Amino acid sequence: MKSDRELINSEGKRSDGRGPHDLRKIKIEAGVLHRADGSCSLEWGGNKVLVAVYGPREAVPRHVQNPLKAIVQARYNMAAFSVEDRKRPGPDRRSVEISKVISEALEKVVLTEQFPRASIDVNIEVLDAEAGTRCAGLTAAGVALVDAGIPMRDIPVACAAGKIDGKVVLDLGKEEDNVGDADLPIAISPRTGEVLLLQMDGHLTIDEFNEAFDLAVKGCHTVSEIQKKAIMQKYQSAAAEVQE
Amino acid sequence: MTVVPIIKRDYITKLAEQGKRIDGRGFDQYRTIEIETNVVNKAEGSARVKIGNTQVLCGIKMDIGEPFPDTPKTGVMSTAAEFVPLASPDFESGPPREDAIELARVVDRGVRESQVIQLEQLCITPGEKVWLVFIDIHILDYDGNLFDAASLAALAALLTTKVPISRFLKDLDEKDRASWQQRLLDLYTIPGVDVVPFGAEEVNKNAVQDFPLPMIEPPISCTAVKINDFVLFDPCFDEEIIADARLTVATDHNGDIRAMQKGLSGSFTREEIQKVIKGALDNGQEIRKKLNESTGK
Repeated sequence: MKSDRELINSEGKRSDGRGPHDLRKIKIEAGVLHRADGSCSLEWGGNKVLVAVYGPREAVPRHVQNPLKAIVQARYNMAAFSVEDRKRPGPDRRSVEISKVISEALEKVVLTEQFPRASIDVNIEVLDAEAGTRCAGLTAAGVALVDAGIPMRDIPVACAAGKIDGKVVLDLGKEEDNVGDADLPIAISPRTGEVLLLQMDGHLTIDEFNEAFDLAVKGCHTVSEIQKKAIMQKYQSAAAEVQE
Repeated sequence: MTVVPIIKRDYITKLAEQGKRIDGRGFDQYRTIEIETNVVNKAEGSARVKIGNTQVLCGIKMDIGEPFPDTPKTGVMSTAAEFVPLASPDFESGPPREDAIELARVVDRGVRESQVIQLEQLCITPGEKVWLVFIDIHILDYDGNLFDAASLAALAALLTTKVPISRFLKDLDEKDRASWQQRLLDLYTIPGVDVVPFGAEEVNKNAVQDFPLPMIEPPISCTAVKINDFVLFDPCFDEEIIADARLTVATDHNGDIRAMQKGLSGSFTREEIQKVIKGALDNGQEIRKKLNESTGK
């Protein structure tokens, strides 16, 4: 779909005032829920997601158990009121697919061989949606897994790049996602640069893809720092409480 | 019953005999209540309510649709609750279980039967187009007393809801618009309604501006459980799972009772019911004050 509006103005600014390589505002808080083993609330532009991790615990039903390692079961769910027109509650084809690719991405970094037959459940609730919810969900899941004390090789992080008005930009907003030319969400293990999740829709030349990919990786590293800060903050305040 | 609740039951009843509760509260004392409104941008109205560690989020979405054939001149409301697995290790995904359906129905009754939403004012063209109000309740963290938290979240969300007429104007034809205008002019003169609904003045000013959902003062629900012979208000999770009986009482701003619901297999005596009603009135007043402050009413 082509936009009749300019998505990037003559000064190179996008419709929400960002430059082409700017992220939306991100706020992360770890350990926000009482019952969960680990949790994280994350705001990314107009997105609000909440993630709770339960486990490792016995995987049920039995037939999903793996005798050699744990399974990671992510469940991505959108609240009925999180989008413009009310979404019917419960899983649809889109959320089942997103749950699957996020589960697979997380399984790569979790040391699953330590917990045979167990399940690590990652519940991602999208409370307010505005383009880029899977990246927000996966990023929050990384923090919640740390908060739950799940042993991992790295803290997974996600970010998207895309193409609007023929230019490669970082982190598409709502309108840019709807009328832009391409969207490329990726998740990486920031320590090694391994790609854990990659999806693309739209139209990119090889050069544009390379540019967008590098930009998204750069975005991931920036978000990764925010993740670490949130985790440090949680444990510093916990340590301060113990000292009192 | 597994062994952990038996140990906890022992502990909780021993404390109760000394007049104490596990978190140090008095028997009729609520945990700290926090109400935060407008937490979801995409929703027409929303609220997050915390009662102690229990957290509930409610979002309101509105749409235009057909009325039921037997009530062609009233808007339609529906309530759903999701016990998402985020909130407790015991919640599973899948279709709503019976406890989620009971919760949604109790909240729905509380709003519907006391006519908190003035549904007859949400008619656009009789028999053809009316407003639909969807109340969706998301449990985020389950530490007991979902009934009170969910009803309070629903009320706070409804009280901050704006009817999104500007977004839907393109879906209305000339006839609908004329009819809607007339409905707005009639707002003050609806027979049988002597309470001026919240926001009525603003509605009359302009037919195409988003306006507050027409509502009257809502009743507030308060829940108590009985463990042995002790009546404890606002049960936390550990108290709730070992409770013998539960009683919810909704009271209005005049101090009258508007709804009651007893649950679980235990029983109450007449005196205990009186005690719960008194506690519901006292706590209800405090909660009402908090609700009005946080929603700016």
